[in-house]
Amino acid sequence: MIDTPEVDWLALSPTLALLAAAGVALLASVIGPVWFRRAFAAFAAFAGFVTAGVLAGVLFDRTPDAQPLLDESMTRDRWAALAAIVLAGAGALTVLLSWGEKRRDHSGEYYALLAAAAAGMVFFVGASNLMTLFLALEWFSISLYILCALDTHRETSLESGLKYLIVGSFGSGILLFGSALVYGATGELGFTAIAAAGITDDSLLLAGLAMIVAGLGFKASAAPFHMWTPDVYQGAPTSVTAFMSAATKVAALVLTLRILTVAFPEQEHLWTVAIAVIAIVSLAVGNIAALVQRDVKRLLAYSSVSHAGFMLIAIAANSALGGRALLYYVIPYSAMSIGSFAVVAARERELGVPVTLDNLGGFLWERPFLGGAMWVFLLGLMGMPLTGGLVGKFYVFSAAYESGWWWLVVAGVIGTAISLYYYLRLLLAMWTRPDPALRSTDLGAAVAGGSPPRDPLLVSAVAASLGVTIGSFFFVQPLIDLARDAAESLPF
Amino acid sequence: MTTALILLPLAGALLVWLLPLPGRASGVLATLIALAEVALWLGVVRQFDFAESLQLEDRQSWFSDLGVSYHVGFFGFSLWLAGLTVVVCAAGIAYATWANRERARAYHGLMLFLTGSIVGVFTAQDLLLFYVFFEAMLIPLYVLVGVWGGERRVFATVKFVVYTMAGSLLMLASIVVFGLSQGTFDLVDSGVSSNDWVFLGFLAAFAVKAPLFPFHGWLVDAYRESPPEVAAILSGVVSKAAVYGLFRIAIAKFPEPVDTFQTPILAAATIGLVYGSLLAFRARDLRSVTAYSSMAQMGLIVLGLFSLNELGVNGAILQSVAHGLVSATLFLLAGMLETRTGTSAFARLGGMARGRPDLATVLMVVGVIALAVPGSVSFAGEFLILAGIYAEGWAWAAIGAGAIVLAAMYMLRLISAVLHRSSGEAVREEALDLRPAELAVVVPLVAALLFLSAWPASITERNFPVQSDVAEAAE
Repeated sequence: MIDTPEVDWLALSPTLALLAAAGVALLASVIGPVWFRRAFAAFAAFAGFVTAGVLAGVLFDRTPDAQPLLDESMTRDRWAALAAIVLAGAGALTVLLSWGEKRRDHSGEYYALLAAAAAGMVFFVGASNLMTLFLALEWFSISLYILCALDTHRETSLESGLKYLIVGSFGSGILLFGSALVYGATGELGFTAIAAAGITDDSLLLAGLAMIVAGLGFKASAAPFHMWTPDVYQGAPTSVTAFMSAATKVAALVLTLRILTVAFPEQEHLWTVAIAVIAIVSLAVGNIAALVQRDVKRLLAYSSVSHAGFMLIAIAANSALGGRALLYYVIPYSAMSIGSFAVVAARERELGVPVTLDNLGGFLWERPFLGGAMWVFLLGLMGMPLTGGLVGKFYVFSAAYESGWWWLVVAGVIGTAISLYYYLRLLLAMWTRPDPALRSTDLGAAVAGGSPPRDPLLVSAVAASLGVTIGSFFFVQPLIDLARDAAESLPF
Repeated sequence: MTTALILLPLAGALLVWLLPLPGRASGVLATLIALAEVALWLGVVRQFDFAESLQLEDRQSWFSDLGVSYHVGFFGFSLWLAGLTVVVCAAGIAYATWANRERARAYHGLMLFLTGSIVGVFTAQDLLLFYVFFEAMLIPLYVLVGVWGGERRVFATVKFVVYTMAGSLLMLASIVVFGLSQGTFDLVDSGVSSNDWVFLGFLAAFAVKAPLFPFHGWLVDAYRESPPEVAAILSGVVSKAAVYGLFRIAIAKFPEPVDTFQTPILAAATIGLVYGSLLAFRARDLRSVTAYSSMAQMGLIVLGLFSLNELGVNGAILQSVAHGLVSATLFLLAGMLETRTGTSAFARLGGMARGRPDLATVLMVVGVIALAVPGSVSFAGEFLILAGIYAEGWAWAAIGAGAIVLAAMYMLRLISAVLHRSSGEAVREEALDLRPAELAVVVPLVAALLFLSAWPASITERNFPVQSDVAEAAE
């Protein structure tokens, strides 16, 4: 008789729910009639995300203490559960905003891949072993590569998918190489076992650590590992961009803090500095490059690089407060990011051309709700009051200062000050009327006549994002309590 | 009660935004809400016990792990600043209704939102809450100047926002450092700090907002490009948020750094006073004169605050209220002139007193109060400030007194350029005198000025006693 490991099905249930949704969506879209495919696949994916979110909530509730799973290849803890809730929420919003996308075919695959990518991410945040880590990373990455290239009739989409594939594989390769070095140095794959091996300054181990950080930096699109971000974000279908900007970043950063604190506590003095430097580079590169962008998706892509910088500050703090700050930050950040891309998607569908600062002109007056919501998201990304963006920044700065990184606070302040300029330009672009000359030549038929198509699902996604963005400002205490419980699962 | 005073205009803003009223009706609704706010403020004054320090407090934990709470309350002096706010904002909203701004719902909602956040600034007793209101103030201003402003509004807005936000972000860093080292962000519970850098972070935010020389780069563009009622609120009220911040936070919480930096700050204030007055004397239009005189007056007020004695601080508060009313009235008058003549350039104005007695009277009264003629509230304020600063060194007082002569020069130049001389090319015979509705907007402001001129002690005797640390700092 072969020993079978005991499986904790509840711990795996969010992943399984999403996988099931992916399977159902894909199967139905093969079997069912054409008219039925899109609606069914979307519904299956949405139901999968909601179920996964609920199950993750149950998991959070029933897991006061962290437990290893499946021979320590996974961990069941609140850290992963809370991240899974955020990921499921991001996925559900993405389904809502994807509905209006005019896709001739592939709609079944689209929703199936979306659910599969999210399943990989949920698995990823619970990984506690270098093998499961890599497996999950590839799992969601491959889904995302395909999603980026899904609009095969658009050259930019194909380009984006290919770029992401090449650069992403390079990142994964580095991560894998790093894992191999760490394994070579310690003879262990599990995070806790690596720490228990007690090797402190072996050069193999340090090289491996550096490569793991770099590999995760690729996924989080932190500078200098961000080169793919603007191109991919710009070219991918906007709904996919929305999902990636929120979910991939959240998953990568949440796991980064876990692996660094659990597996490499001895090297703390090295990686905190490394992360701090990456944070500063991300803030500088993201904010400065965003200044000169005219394409809104590109601009938001650079803004997401700078926000990765902010979240890395929380990781560099390497404290319970830093963990709380990170988990708090991702909640309003995900909402603002998805919400702003949703608004861009709405404008894009209206015009049929990529959204730039010029053709966003007058948007605030034409579509007061979407325009106003975009205002709130941008103000939130700036860190203005009445949005969770301010509280997130405040927590990040507090965590940095508490850990003695006062110069990270200064860097964050300078980064925010620079970011004002491009966010303001975007805000400004929405209320200024476009030049009539520009209308006739550039957009031509795109803006001529007719009111924009109604899309209640997209509007409800924007409304939900708006609710989270503003609600997270007023209800800080409950969210922080959740984040505190989650951060307790990590050894600080 | 304090919370109600903050929430009423904010709720009103939501109401104006959501109710699908036609333009003028939404303006009337907003005006009514603003008047209700004034009434509510009068109710607060009645309840207020001037023998006590901080009162009418509301306190609710916001997030406890860092010790941040929603904590608001009134001191004597902040009550007057809040009063200035509600009165000037009500006048501004009423004028905007009369002037019938485009996209009235958005406009009036933003004005009410602005009112609520300014009142919030003057009542906040928690540093993060203070920051929230301080920044929330900026959002409506940004839109109001950027959408409804003049020709070069976009340039003016971006300059204004980038200047002020850069200052505010330094303050945010300072708030984090101060709060974490104190273990609480509450202004009442926290002690004093001797960290120079933290002090400078706060100072940066307030120096830009005031503005204090040499941080006044945004001032003229913003004041010139705004709609007149927004310029009135900006110069009359928003700049006083800096006064409040300097006094409640910078002076009260940083006694040692204040000592260290007192001389440079006084020097900057004095330079601002003299330089602003000279610029006002050279400026070519009504709005620029008012803008630069604002800068000069803020210098004078800061001089009073940083004299660090009760005379000077009392004078600074009185002068804040007086200047707020004066400069709001002047900007509203500038708006009224502009609707008649299409310009506020002196070269094209003149001779407007002929046949327009109401306009001439109102402008004359405000101008005379602004130049601090003895018996006016400005005279009382400036006298107290100069008496206070005399204790710190006679030279400051001497320069300050000299600058008051400059004030007389630019105000008289303004009055004569608008009202007297021969009729300017932009002034047509048909240009009407002030309409009853316009009088209804400015006369209450002038009446308040006259009331305070007759009885300046109504404010100066009711500023203190304040909370112990403020009182200590003011000694």
